[in-house]
Amino acid sequence: MDITLQVNGLPRTVDVDPRMSLLDLLRERLGLIGSKKGCDHGQCGACTVLVDGRRANSCLALAVAMDGSEITTVEGLANGDELHPLQAAFIEHDAFQCGYCTPGQLCSAAGMLGEPGPSAVTPDVLVDPDLTPEEIRERMSGNLCRCGAYVNIVSAIAEVAR
Amino acid sequence: MNRVEGRVKVTGLATYAAEYPVEGVAHAYPVQSLIAKGRVARVDASQALDMPGVLGVLSVEDPPQLAPDADGELALFQSRDVAYRGQLIAAAVADTYENARAAADAVRVEYEPADHDVGLRADHPGLYRPEVVNPNYPADTEHGDVEAGLAEAATTVDVTYTTPVLHNNPMEPHAAVALWDAEGRLLVYNSTQGASPDRDTIAGTLGLPPSRVRVVARHVGGGFGCKGSTRPHAVLAALASRAVGRPVKVVLTRQQMFDVTGYRTPTIQRLRLGADAEGRLTALEHVAYEQSSTLVEFAEQTATPARTMYAAPALRTAHRLVRLDVATPSWMRAPGECPGMYALESALDELACAAGIDPVELRVRNEPETEPESGLPFSSRNLVACLREGARRFGWDRRDPEPGVRREGEWLVGTGVAASTYPARRRPSQAVATVRNGDFLIQVAAADIGTGARTVLTRIAAETLGVAPDRVHVELGDSDLPDAPVAGGSMGTASWGSAVVRACEELMKNGKEGRADTTDEVATDAELARHAFGAQFAEVRVSAVTGEVRVPRLLGVFAAGRILDAGLARSQFIGGMTMGLGMALMEETLTDEEFGGFLRRDLAQYHVPACADVADVEAVWLEEEDDALNPMGNKGIGEIGIVGTAAAIGNAVHHATGRRIRDLPITPAKILAPSP
Ligand code: FES
Ligand code: FES
Repeated sequence: MDITLQVNGLPRTVDVDPRMSLLDLLRERLGLIGSKKGCDHGQCGACTVLVDGRRANSCLALAVAMDGSEITTVEGLANGDELHPLQAAFIEHDAFQCGYCTPGQLCSAAGMLGEPGPSAVTPDVLVDPDLTPEEIRERMSGNLCRCGAYVNIVSAIAEVAR
Repeated sequence: MNRVEGRVKVTGLATYAAEYPVEGVAHAYPVQSLIAKGRVARVDASQALDMPGVLGVLSVEDPPQLAPDADGELALFQSRDVAYRGQLIAAAVADTYENARAAADAVRVEYEPADHDVGLRADHPGLYRPEVVNPNYPADTEHGDVEAGLAEAATTVDVTYTTPVLHNNPMEPHAAVALWDAEGRLLVYNSTQGASPDRDTIAGTLGLPPSRVRVVARHVGGGFGCKGSTRPHAVLAALASRAVGRPVKVVLTRQQMFDVTGYRTPTIQRLRLGADAEGRLTALEHVAYEQSSTLVEFAEQTATPARTMYAAPALRTAHRLVRLDVATPSWMRAPGECPGMYALESALDELACAAGIDPVELRVRNEPETEPESGLPFSSRNLVACLREGARRFGWDRRDPEPGVRREGEWLVGTGVAASTYPARRRPSQAVATVRNGDFLIQVAAADIGTGARTVLTRIAAETLGVAPDRVHVELGDSDLPDAPVAGGSMGTASWGSAVVRACEELMKNGKEGRADTTDEVATDAELARHAFGAQFAEVRVSAVTGEVRVPRLLGVFAAGRILDAGLARSQFIGGMTMGLGMALMEETLTDEEFGGFLRRDLAQYHVPACADVADVEAVWLEEEDDALNPMGNKGIGEIGIVGTAAAIGNAVHHATGRRIRDLPITPAKILAPSP
């Protein structure tokens, strides 16, 4: 089936197998290997991309359902040679080790920074909370890091959120 | 200095095994055994072969040619016998991943099942004493009279701790892409912790000389041991590619990883300790019961840290193994030290409580002069300094030893301590240093699995050459580079770094090129007890309502020789401690007694720490000079961080609640269960 979607600002028309996930479309067909497959079941966040500006697990989206969508992957975060502030902060804070969860962490954080509203740890749900470390930890808990870089991930995001 | 490969990792350009663009690549998808023991009577591939895009089905019906002495876990499709549920018994190969997966699903397998036995018990009739435990330690040691030591003790402890099956679960699933060239040379892009040993094993399995195989692994998405030895997916990729005459990619699913990429054996550990009135040990006995498969003997060295830790006139350690209808356990971060120190350091806390002695003080009082079992002098040992420094930073002197008395609302609060240790060894390695365009090129088949090997080797070379790090370029992760040992046993930096230093020294002499092979140098290392040590402190809050355990504070203080890069070291330490938190509170794979195999084979059920579980984890270290290690003076740091964390947390849970939970993980259900 033919679908057309915008990926990192470029229109792409692809003939996809209806069983193919958005993640496999990116990785296997479009050569965008930045989005990672850690579980293929929506359990780890390694495949997180932005779909129309919102973070989503691309392993849980069927490619055919993405017709007309705007997708941003980790390859699309930087502005040319200039890193996204989150990317720069991740390097400065050593917020990764093996780097396999990192593209998902970055896309998730980029999406998270634009998400208003309370979370499960917000004391007063009627007031938009500050992004305290506790809020960041809660909002980033869909992205597992087995290398255990959380402490540095949170400090990197907190610096950008300030 | 930031990580050398930081930019490619944050921009999504770092290429992991499954991601190399290979023209015409096909996909193989495994079929796994649904029985735990018995025989494969028939594999019917007819339906699968008719499906779209299918290129072939591999199975025991037409066994691929392999070396007759191939490792039992790698000898794919050679035998009709099934050793465990989940074993790879066939595979479908097709033009796309979707087609291969659908075809694998359509392969029909008829079995002749037999009764299986998958349960580890301390009274299992099949238990035996292995010849050696991993990697090559004696299974049992004994000196002094343990019974007499216990009889004369003022305080004794006799306790049994258990740890469950644990899975490494690196974020990158095991993957391989295999390509054969026209001359019959095999190239494998593989997720491996060691390109050289992986090449040797793949070649040996296929019956090829190592010179006909090349393994490339430039970026590896974690491993923690489960990519340290060759796994069946790599052999499958090579066999499938040979069978269909195209490059073939195999990417294991998260569920398949649980079955065929190794795991930490469950353990049952009995500790008997005796101490005199001052808390000095009179006897220490540590016996570990563990499992392996019927295919391969893997005996984890769980009781070995007791041979190093404390002065005891009577000291006995023993390992007993039973071969079950399960997959073969393997390396997971700090095999031996991690589960063994969990039990030993928990039992020591029980002894401290029973004797009414502060647990830091108890450890200090049992500091040995030489390594207790071997009698060898330590190259350096600063456990006491780590305990003292940790106690100072953590505010230990304000601690009331009474368990179960601090409550803030629903939360019971407690603190705990445990010691850490890990051997500091090195292996022979080669390296080449050359001048290229006025800069320096360092080549070594090392692996960077997230440890920062590229970065630390760059620093080591720059320091030896006396140049700025940005003039040094390190190439690693390719078996065509100078041979290097696996990234494992916390030996990577010590081993590769030694060779890099020697190669750079030679380059400085002749101005052009240095080639090093440290085989002779390592062979003449003096006989000494070489270990890193540390102390871990944990604060926990336990909900009296839900049984939930939170860990607001973890502090590790380590003495690990010279720290070569503060940023990388801190990341390694806190990463290990974070994994230790998972071991303490949530990680557990269940064994299915009825059908064999594992349950909880995904990340929704096998819980690893998430961001919200990890609050304040800090690691610091003491300056430690040790000239007897290697030219850099470093001890490995990849594993010691996980050693002791679970005990510190368990001891803190006891301090908070008065409950001693001796079976990991410490779940809310166990906290809330009525006291026995
Ligand atoms: S790969 Fe999509 S959530 Fe794990
Ligand atoms: S950096 Fe390795 S999983 Fe996060």
